[in-house]
This record gives sequence, C-alpha cells and structure tokens, in this order.
Amino acid sequence: MEFSNRYIVGFALALCLVCSLAVSTTAVALKDRQAANALLDMQTQICRVSGMIAADAKPSAEEAAQMFSTIKVLKFSPDTGEVLGEMPFDPKAIIKASKDAATSHPASTDAASRARVSKIPKELMILKITDPENPCYVFLIWGNGLWSTMYGYIALEPDLKTVKGITFYEQGETAGLGGEIVNPNWVAQWPGKKVFDDSGKVILDVTKFGQVKDSSYQVDGISGATITSVAVGATVQAWFADEAYGKFLKKEGE
Amino acid sequence: MELLNLFIKATFIENMALAFFLGMCSFLAVSKKVETAVGLGFAVIFVLLITTPLNNLIYHYLLQEGALSWMLGEERAATINLEFLTFIAFIATIAAMVQIVEMAIDKFSPALYGSLGVFLPLIAVNCAILGGSLFMVQREYNLAESTVFGVGAGTGFALAMVALAAIREKLKYSNVPPGLRGLGITFITTGLMAMGFMIFGGIQL
Amino acid sequence: MQKETKDILFGPIHLKNPITLQVLGICSALAVTTQLEPALVMSAALTFVLVGSNVTVSLLRNKIPGSIRVITQLAIIASLVILADQIMKAFLFDVSKQLSVFVGLIITNCIVMGRAEAFAMANPPMKSALDGLGNSLGYSAILIIVGFFRELLGSGKLLGHVVMPTVNNGGWYNPNGLMVLSPGAFFIIGLIIWAQRSYSGELQEDEN
Repeated sequence: MEFSNRYIVGFALALCLVCSLAVSTTAVALKDRQAANALLDMQTQICRVSGMIAADAKPSAEEAAQMFSTIKVLKFSPDTGEVLGEMPFDPKAIIKASKDAATSHPASTDAASRARVSKIPKELMILKITDPENPCYVFLIWGNGLWSTMYGYIALEPDLKTVKGITFYEQGETAGLGGEIVNPNWVAQWPGKKVFDDSGKVILDVTKFGQVKDSSYQVDGISGATITSVAVGATVQAWFADEAYGKFLKKEGE
Repeated sequence: MELLNLFIKATFIENMALAFFLGMCSFLAVSKKVETAVGLGFAVIFVLLITTPLNNLIYHYLLQEGALSWMLGEERAATINLEFLTFIAFIATIAAMVQIVEMAIDKFSPALYGSLGVFLPLIAVNCAILGGSLFMVQREYNLAESTVFGVGAGTGFALAMVALAAIREKLKYSNVPPGLRGLGITFITTGLMAMGFMIFGGIQL
Repeated sequence: MQKETKDILFGPIHLKNPITLQVLGICSALAVTTQLEPALVMSAALTFVLVGSNVTVSLLRNKIPGSIRVITQLAIIASLVILADQIMKAFLFDVSKQLSVFVGLIITNCIVMGRAEAFAMANPPMKSALDGLGNSLGYSAILIIVGFFRELLGSGKLLGHVVMPTVNNGGWYNPNGLMVLSPGAFFIIGLIIWAQRSYSGELQEDEN
C-alpha cells in the first residue's frame, strides 16, 4: 500500500502522541502510589535489617512510619569525621549528591573502583536505631554488580565492629544467580561477621563460592554469581573505608 | 590508555555475546555462513557506534532528573525526571538507526539484505545494542567512553559471531547426528565457546 | 476447534517452537531459567505482552506505512511493557520488584517483534491473538523445561524447596555447577532440540 509523505509524518506524530500520552499519564497518575509503595518497602527493609521486626514481617504503612519515627537520622561528614546533627530521611538526595562533583569528593580506594563507586557525598546519612531491644546503626551503601547498581543498607551492632544484617532494596542482578543476594538464606550468613581486623583495616568481604578461609569475616559468595558476590564485598569495603563511614566507625565504636 | 583498556574489556573480557549472553537470537540464527555473519557484524558495530554516544547525550540532556536545565533553567528543571522514558527513547534511536541501515543495505547489497531476512529489523531489538546503551548509563560513561565502549561491544559481538560461523561452516563436514544437525549442534558449540571465554573473566585491566 | 485455529494455537508448541525452531527469544531463555520461579514469572509476563502487542499491531496493520514499520512496532511494544510495569509498581509492588528486571528483557524479546512482523502485520486481530497465545505457550514450555532441569541439577531444589539435599547442607547431592551457568542452558536447549528433531524427522536440517 502506498502512503503519501504527509500521511507518514502524520501517522508518526499521532503514534508518538498516543504512546507518550498513555505512558506519561500513567506514570504521573501513579507516581504518588508508587512513591508510597517504594517508601514503605524501604522502611520495612530498614526495620527488618535492624531487627526491629522479623525478617519476613510485612508491616502496614502506619506501623512502618511509626517504627521509623523512632529512628534518628544523623548527618555525618566523612571529611571531618564529625556528626553534624540530624537530617530528614532522604536517601535519594544522598545518592543524587554522589553524582555531582560539587557535592561529593572522588572515591580513591581500590574497593571503590572495584564496586564502581566513583564519588562519596560530602554529607552522609547514618541511621541510629534507638529501640532499647535492638540498638544498632544502619548505613546506606551502594555499588555496581554485574548488570545494575545495587542499593542497600547494612546494619552494625552498637560496637560498630560486628555486622547485624544486610539488605538490598534495589538491584537488577540475574534472577536466580546474583539476584539471590536478597535471598534470606544467603543474607543469614552476615550477622556476626567482623568488619575490622586487629590493625583497624576493613577485612569484611565476600569470597567466591566455596572459598571462605576465615568465616569470622568472610561471607561465602553465591554459586555461579561470583561477579555479583564479589561486588557486594567491594561495596561494603568501599563504604566502610575511612573516606566514607570509616571515621564514624572508629570514633564511635569502643 | 584508559580508553584502550575499555575497548579491550568490551571486546574480550566482557564480550556481549559470550560473557553477557546478549543478542543471542541474531547470534545463533545468522551465523550459518561467514559472509552473512560478517555483514551483520558490521551492521551491529555501526549501529552501536552511533547509538551509544547518541543515547548518552539523550540521557544526560533530556532524561535525567534536572537534565532539562539547559532549556528550562535550573529550578524548573530540577523536579522533572523523565527516566521512565529511558527504554522508549533508547529503543527509538536504535530503531531509527536500524531503519537507516536497512535501507542502505537494501540499496548497496540486495543479496545480503535477502540472506539476513527478518534478522535485520531484529537488530533493533537486539538485546546487545540496548544492553550497550543501558550499561553506558549504569556505568556513567562520558561521551568518549560511550563511543569507545560502543565500538568495542560491537566488535566483540561481531568477533564472536564470525568465529561461530567459521566453526559452523567446518561442522558441515562432520558426521553430526540428524537430530542435532544445524541448530542443535550450534547451541552446544556456543555453550563450549562461552565456557572458553570464561578464561577472560580473571583478567583485571 | 477448526483445523486452522488448532494450527495457529498449537503449532508453536512443537513444530514451530519460537525458541527451538524460529530461533527467537533465546536471551531470556538463558537469563531467567536459573530457577523455575523466574522462568514461570517471565512466561506469564511474556504471554501478556505478546498477545497485547499482536492484537494492537494487527488492529493497525493497514495503517502503518512500510518505511516506519520497525519503529512503530517497537513504540507499541515498549509502551505496552512500560504501562504494565508502571501499573504493577503501583498496585502489585512485590511482584513488580521481581519483574522490573525483566522489563528490558521483554521489550527486546525477539519473539514479540518477530511475531508482530511475521504474523500480526498480515493477519486479523483474533488470529493474531491466538498466534500470540500459541507462541507464548511454546516459549513457556521450553522455559519451564530448562528452568526445571537447571534448578534441579544445579542446586538440588525446585521452586526453592529442597528435593535433593546438597553436600554443603549435609546431603548427598553434589550440585552440577555447570547447570547454574549459561553454558548449561545452551547444552540443555541443544539436547531438547535433538529430542524434538529425532521425534519429528521433518524438522531435521539438510546436510549441505
């Protein structure tokens, strides 16, 4: 069938209009619901990783918000190692700050380059859980896996030397392989692992599957998902380095 | 030097076809003859070379949160985040490029056009090409890195495809059981090639 | 059921299987079949998109100019997938977390484009819907078989439940690491093709 040029252009424009209207209208109309879902999910993950609720509990929006209101969000400067006060809970702002050279400084550790963390924001967020039965600190971390950037939280006991838990709230790794970093069975390895060795160096790490030499600080990787597993180890090391959260851990821990 | 490392990584160590297993449909279907494989290989390199940097520009100046500041000013642009349009925008540029390549091949080499068949328009949905753009976004490459990465990824894909085609042409002279002939033995060969490429996994550049 | 309808619907399960014969949809067959559950989720998602896109393209088939064919089909497919993803993020958040990874894989799934180009552009909507359904069934069949063997032989589990306890967990089964990696999927699909073609001689390729 022959179509005139005018028809072709007209059709193309009409198609663009219809498709973009459909997609944008849906995106905008559902944005608030999606944001609420995402926030509840993140709050739930933080409550779970800090031990405030069970690992598979599903609190309602009100319950999560109420538990969350007891958490102190500390503003931390990695350059000076000082806690500058409190700040509103906004992980997106921190992640955004890490993309702008003006609000961050370049990461320089080997672990950071392995996890492809290029910049550390000048202001970091540290969550202090004040629940008397589950005191702990929760740190926002992220790093590059095989396919995607993995965003998560790692919880440390109040001594700031032992891991309490870890969770990834956003990742796009291979389903069934790297994607298993959210599997409770794998995550269960983390509580109790040591962050530092005796000289104060960060030794917490994830090894290739089956190659753990010292399980007091090494987590066994996922079989068939070496790249993702090792990336998780690099991520944790990059963020516990002195240029990120390291100074807080050394100062506030005993 | 960094760019050269990036090129080598994209071609061998992080080969789109044999390490990430992207673009498998074209990879398996077009590798019957070395000639066709070379033709499609060049088409893929060309499309990746143009679309990866182009998509980089689109992402940074149109889609990212606050990217529209050059048009609307810093404040108004700060809250606009068009990232949900990433897939569509990237695929649109890729499809446009593929349509152009298709018309060019039809004009200059109708024989190649005929032998590629439905797999020429399928370059548009070739996961390797979209994957190239998505990796570029995820790894935050700048314009130069995007271009080098695009060329490297395309070269790696083309290399793997031509290698498989060469093996398949030789396999025609072997005594393959009737049920395995053609596609079956190709799958098994590709599996073995993939295992071979795993040796690159240990190289740190 | 009429013979033609039967052909369209059931043909793609064996004689015209998208993965083992048309060579479409391979990437996802490798990427999501490490375990049975993602394979099932992907099959469901693809069925939805394939039927939807076939119907939409078919409804517009006489209006699409040849020179912008490819982009038009892609625009329709991409929009459908993004809509599905947005709706799930709003109403089925937990499922969407699993599926968002696949969104890209579905948009670039050659089966959707391939069938839109090869069938929906030349056939009425009802038939196109059936063709979409038939190809989804063929695709799902292969995905389920591959996922079944990869999870069972690769980790001794099915759908997360332990079937053969592995040596690491105090059992007897030494898991086959190759099954967990992609080459394992290649080998399994190769064997499926062998079985298929030995069963139906007419599918075998000529020796030349």
